[in-house]
Amino acid sequence: MPTLREVKNRIRSVRNIAQITRALEAVSASRVRRAQARVFASRAYAEKAWEILINIQAASKNLPLHPLLTEREEVKRVMVVVITSDRGLAGAYNTNILRVAQAFETRLGKPVDYVAVGRKGRDSLARLGANIIASFTDMPAEPTLNDIRPIARIAMDAYLDGEADEVLIAYTDFINMLAQRPAVLGWLPLTTHTIAKQVAAEYVKDVAMVSGGIQNYDYEPSAEAVVDEIVPRFTELQLYQALLEAQASEHAARMAAMRNATDNATQLTADLTLQYNKARQAAITAEILDIVGGANALQQAIDNSAQDILDANENRPQSLNGVNGRGSTAIQMRSN
Amino acid sequence: MPIHVELVTQAEKIFDEPAADMVLVPAVEGEMGVLPNHAPVLTTMGYGELVVRKGEAEERFAIYGGVVDVRPDKVVVLADLAESSFALDLQEAQAARERAQQLLAEGPPGAEYRQAELALRRAHLAVRISQKIRSRGSMLRILDEDASEI
Repeated sequence: MPTLREVKNRIRSVRNIAQITRALEAVSASRVRRAQARVFASRAYAEKAWEILINIQAASKNLPLHPLLTEREEVKRVMVVVITSDRGLAGAYNTNILRVAQAFETRLGKPVDYVAVGRKGRDSLARLGANIIASFTDMPAEPTLNDIRPIARIAMDAYLDGEADEVLIAYTDFINMLAQRPAVLGWLPLTTHTIAKQVAAEYVKDVAMVSGGIQNYDYEPSAEAVVDEIVPRFTELQLYQALLEAQASEHAARMAAMRNATDNATQLTADLTLQYNKARQAAITAEILDIVGGANALQQAIDNSAQDILDANENRPQSLNGVNGRGSTAIQMRSN
Repeated sequence: MPIHVELVTQAEKIFDEPAADMVLVPAVEGEMGVLPNHAPVLTTMGYGELVVRKGEAEERFAIYGGVVDVRPDKVVVLADLAESSFALDLQEAQAARERAQQLLAEGPPGAEYRQAELALRRAHLAVRISQKIRSRGSMLRILDEDASEI
């Protein structure tokens, strides 16, 4: 049985932890909302750009308009951009996405180069002996397009130089506050038939198909010029949105983890308080027992000694009676 | 039939007007006036001014490159960068222009030279637009809720 003081200290430390986790939960909640708002804000451009690209591809009768739109016949090397968080305390968030990336590589059976975004992913991939060709950490809490441009650059260059025949993004798709799903997005080339679909269909997230109706456009100055303008930006935007989705998921996962931690801490505090009160009551009871026992023992002792005195008085020789004046007066008074 | 005008950049939707009367687009091959029932056109944009008119009111934006999708009843501007002319600060724009000019005069190396040149073009456009806005004084805005902030 721990002592009262020990239990009290534990209650205090558990309460402190609950306070911290509650604060982290609140911070994450507000970050989820902000990341979501950003995803939503960037959706307009993405949808429109995708619509235009589909339109142009349909109009051009599959003529190669832009290298990033052209599929390779044989896929030899694949690059995967894995988006994880820098920090932990987010439940199974990082584990889930890394598991999916691993499963993908196993099923693909081809060499995969990784671009790790986030410290957790980099460390885990390095431990697994994966081939990491680039690593980005310390993404700001509110990333801008400028923050992801270097990543997009690496992927586009690798694709255009033929170092990768397909580039995918493994990230966590934000469904709602309670559900986040690890997903693999076929990124480059910008087509709807990607290897990801054949290999890991259950995780694949498609770019939403938008049908604004095929229009017979005039192009100024040319279709190529329009495609050249849109393709790099749309490519960047897909990565940007994946990052924002991943961040929203990270914060939602952290929020859930922190809520659990807070609940557990509250439960633990209740248990410990019960234990503390029990221990306190036990101590009080023991004290009362001590006192009562002591008092009884004392009473016993007093009674015993009083009896002894009385016994001694009765056996006392008569000659001594005169010396004890008070005793004789008492006897006299009683006889009166 | 009015025109639905949307102005979006990669990061956000800047402007959305469901019933405009006329749009002036800074297309790369010259300014393009769009009235309702315009033939479908996809064109790239240079640096220039986007003007949206609705009755007496008008809204101006500095556009720094992009693509515009013109349809009979809809104009969607996908800008690389865009600023509402009402948010442009003339003094700041002039200061930016001077900085860019100074940088160009110093003759920075290749990549930076291009950056500085672009910065100068942006600043130049911003100055031009905000001066025009000033000279017009009491212009009506389409977005009334934003007007209260100015």
